[in-house]
Amino acid sequence: MTANKQNLSYRSAFTLVLKRDLTIALRHRDDIINPLLFFIIVVTLFPLGIGPEAQTLSRIAPGIIWVAALLSTLLSLDRLFKSDHNDGSLEQMLLSPHPVFILVLAKIIAHWLITGLPLIFIAPLLAVLLHLNEQSYGALMLTLLLGTPVLSLLGAIGVALTVGIKKGGVLLSLLVLPLYIPVLIFATSAIDTAALGLPYNGQLAIIAALFFGSLTLAPFAVGAALKVSTN
Amino acid sequence: MSAQASSTHINEIKTPLISAEKLTCIREDRLLFDQLSIDIHAGDIVQVEGPNGSGKTSLLRILAGLSLPYDGSVLFKETATNECREEFHQNLLYFGHLPGVKGEMTTQENLNFNLALHGLDCNNSQETLTNVNLLGFEDSLASHLSAGQHRRIALARLYKSKAPIWILDEPFTAIDKQGVESLEALFTQHAQNGGCVILTTHQDLITINANKIKKITLDYCSY
Repeated sequence: MTANKQNLSYRSAFTLVLKRDLTIALRHRDDIINPLLFFIIVVTLFPLGIGPEAQTLSRIAPGIIWVAALLSTLLSLDRLFKSDHNDGSLEQMLLSPHPVFILVLAKIIAHWLITGLPLIFIAPLLAVLLHLNEQSYGALMLTLLLGTPVLSLLGAIGVALTVGIKKGGVLLSLLVLPLYIPVLIFATSAIDTAALGLPYNGQLAIIAALFFGSLTLAPFAVGAALKVSTN
Repeated sequence: MSAQASSTHINEIKTPLISAEKLTCIREDRLLFDQLSIDIHAGDIVQVEGPNGSGKTSLLRILAGLSLPYDGSVLFKETATNECREEFHQNLLYFGHLPGVKGEMTTQENLNFNLALHGLDCNNSQETLTNVNLLGFEDSLASHLSAGQHRRIALARLYKSKAPIWILDEPFTAIDKQGVESLEALFTQHAQNGGCVILTTHQDLITINANKIKKITLDYCSY
């Protein structure tokens, strides 16, 4: 038997893992519904707690929506590698001839499609509930569109580092939340600036930079972290 | 001496498929094996023996590259495995304690994913499922199947694999007698075709001629 060379393409490996994770999520709907429900519940509780005055609510709306999005992503992060680690598929992925970063990238994008994308669709409705300034809707959507993938990408590094630990929940929050703070600051600042009718390109550019930076670097960090965790 | 490898048949002089050089493994402050060197050639069936906790799984995980040894290195055709990761992984099939089967997916989907993940084609999957006695369960969700059937789904990859190096950690767990026999036949055939099998099991291999099995015995170290 001679050493065999196979034709491995990045694209086929990527779609393979993406399809698998989406299939699993669609059959196990809790993964989609739980973070979304958490997001909706948190945001709808604020008007009840603070009172229905439009002025107060529209002042704090960007912060509420972004903090809720951030926490709901954090809540869903655990599932990213946990079940694969527990049933042994993670080992098999690390041993596959495909590069680890491409498999990891597919898993992170699947995670964003499952948890981040639904938030973006529901956010404008919740913004109405919070009397968000009319001029801010564009900024809200754009920051969520660029910002939530960053949450998934950076969060994946934290999950990869803690996946081997039995009770890594608190540690995960401690690791990941500081990394989320820049996204939160610039996103809410962009929405506030938009409410004043001023250009918010600067903040958006910084979030975009964070997005592309983490898109290119996070998969490698996650791959390395997974190797440490399975050691 | 913590480990000894005894071979009863003579290997031709050629480069070993996979070899370990002076491996030392320490887990939880306990020395599992020290300066362990082994050469595994094409055609070898190697059984790693030892009591529970003696480091069998650790050794296999180190060979597969999942764990790092405290000291020493693993070579694939005389190249360190971390320098030829892609080539090594194309030539390696590792089967661990956990089958890596997803309960949310059907038998067929699990098998196809396993095959495609390792760059194998998914044609004739009916035949492959017949080999592991799972025909008729193609469309059942894996969560409805038994533990033995989960392992069979994962083991089905052995029948399609073209990788010469098989590292199998307790492949017979939860597998019935008939299944064990057909797996043993498969191992013999694989070794004859120029592959090598490294496995741990607490059962005796029945159908494989005892002379053909190399044994590595791990004992507790007492220092």
